[in-house]
Amino acid sequence: MSDDPVLAVDGLKISIATDDGPARVLDHVDLRIPRGRIAGVVGESGCGKSTLVRAILGILPRAARVERGRILLGGEDLLRLSQRELTRRIRGKEISFVPQDPYLALNPVFTVGTQLLEIMRWHAGAGGNGDAGRRGHRARLVDLLRAVQIPDPEVALERYPHQFSGGQRQRLLIAGALACRPRLVIADEPTSALDVTTQLQILRLLRDLATRFGVSMLFVTHDFGVVAQLCDEVMVMYAGQSVEAGRTAEILDRPRHPYTQMLIACHPDRARDLTGIPGTVASPLAPPPGCRFHPRCPSARAVCSAARPGAVVEAAGHEVSCVLYPGPSLRG
Amino acid sequence: MAERVILEVENLETRLGGERRLLGRARPPVRAVAGVSLALRENEILGIVGESGCGKSTLGRTILGIQRETAGTIRLDGRTVSGLGPREARRARRDIQYLHQDAAAALDPWWSIGRSLEEALVISGVGPRAERRARIDRMLAAVGLEPALRRRYPHELSGGQLRRVTLARVLVLAPRIVILDEPTSGLDLSVQATVLGLIRALLTEFRLTYLFISHDLSVVRQMCDRIAIMYLGRIVELADARRLFETPAHPYTRMLLEAAPRLATGQDLGALPIHGEPPSPTAVPSGCAFRTRCPHAVALCAEALPELEPVADGRAVACHRWRDLGAAPVASA
Repeated sequence: MSDDPVLAVDGLKISIATDDGPARVLDHVDLRIPRGRIAGVVGESGCGKSTLVRAILGILPRAARVERGRILLGGEDLLRLSQRELTRRIRGKEISFVPQDPYLALNPVFTVGTQLLEIMRWHAGAGGNGDAGRRGHRARLVDLLRAVQIPDPEVALERYPHQFSGGQRQRLLIAGALACRPRLVIADEPTSALDVTTQLQILRLLRDLATRFGVSMLFVTHDFGVVAQLCDEVMVMYAGQSVEAGRTAEILDRPRHPYTQMLIACHPDRARDLTGIPGTVASPLAPPPGCRFHPRCPSARAVCSAARPGAVVEAAGHEVSCVLYPGPSLRG
Repeated sequence: MAERVILEVENLETRLGGERRLLGRARPPVRAVAGVSLALRENEILGIVGESGCGKSTLGRTILGIQRETAGTIRLDGRTVSGLGPREARRARRDIQYLHQDAAAALDPWWSIGRSLEEALVISGVGPRAERRARIDRMLAAVGLEPALRRRYPHELSGGQLRRVTLARVLVLAPRIVILDEPTSGLDLSVQATVLGLIRALLTEFRLTYLFISHDLSVVRQMCDRIAIMYLGRIVELADARRLFETPAHPYTRMLLEAAPRLATGQDLGALPIHGEPPSPTAVPSGCAFRTRCPHAVALCAEALPELEPVADGRAVACHRWRDLGAAPVASA
């Protein structure tokens, strides 16, 4: 794709040391988030979504080892930065995070204002925290709370988290994520704790804010319905491998990879016979060689266990990694 | 089909809380179920749908008998089984069993699967041991598990297997009605599909009747024959599943269907009118509880509580204005 993506993950491979040997949690993950777009990452539990997010944020567990790959933010490889640089320059500033559970993410003993202003103070550096700077932070925060539709923003800053509903807390966290004008916002299932009507309001808010503030967004979810509502692009993961990526409409209406096809066929809006996908996800301690889906794949051939097929462009904005599609190879 | 009614609930009301604490003020009681009437037909799947706090789980627990009703009647096969103390209520409602939404929490981690399954039978006085074993093996097979699994422990099983075990534990008691409370919450899509398939197969095999409690409209649409939509303790609409989705009549049903994520491309997030959040169950608005979020509310809605009145085709709606609004298809359903 021609114009530079905000974030590009190339061939990421990560293992985590355990008592039973290395768990190969990510085997080969490619991800591209174009500027100003909302990209979804979908997959079932154990597919490596969370590890991918932690790798991008630079908060992998100590036992994790990056074996291969790059994570490029505007051309800069985040995997080469020190923790100090990540803390000072990247996390909370260039890349911010909206967590899954709005009930756990805010400290109950501090006011909302204290917690949100701390993020801004931390990243403002020595020069930006004078009286003028502080007033500036506060004014910007009030604007942001207005943007996320918190009523009475001035009053809200003095209140404590328990005085807000779940949906409102998620709005506060979104305001916090936008506080330092990030390039990329990562949202990890931010609506899974919310009811559908509240969820829709939050999704709508995210979409408006992405346009208004020009931020790109990585939206992690297991819900294809939410992807259909919100995301411009989507990448599907299975057992630590990215199997298919492209525009949402392309993937949902014309899935190519057998896993994506079977997964979408499991969705109650599409399912006819409720059979599910036979077999279970292999343990990352002993993953199958080659394409990790091959033991469960009805179209598997001998070659599938030899090597993971590279991504191939199947249609405009639609890449798939499967031997059924032997088009011109893009990347390894 | 004029199916036989197996369970009838009339003006059921369940209040929670309200008791005086030793220190401090009494908490205001919450009418979690505020006058619910419904009839469950033999061998059907009736869905109960609503957002958190609408009282759907309390309704299920009250019908089961582990939560005592404060008013109203429950009739099982025409026999009144309400107005009893907790023990008598459970004894009278032995035909009704409950599938807990968190399968891992429903099983004792220190007990083998076999012991957990057998306990249910011991409590209901099934004996001797050989008969209990035989029943357990039969039910494990019915839910697609090996008999050898009896010796395993909950932590050794996957989410899908645990769900099957809890289903088997309910089925060994030979119930006629099973209350399924969010039976696939926390399961992956591919596992959910197989569990739903199994739940449906068991309905036919053992001629069961389900009360299917869920907030997932896609799942409910696929599984249920009829659906009741609840809002703050009351049923606001009850209809045949197909009709409910094609032509929702109550404004809340419409809002819910429009907000629900669907696997359809080309949806326009901005087009849907969704206002506010559900009010707290401790401060339910007067009249129609939905009026504070309803785009069609008029003065009458604040004054009088709309009754759930039968309309055509087995549909019932509780709304003063549904006739003016007409039951129209949802924009992008």
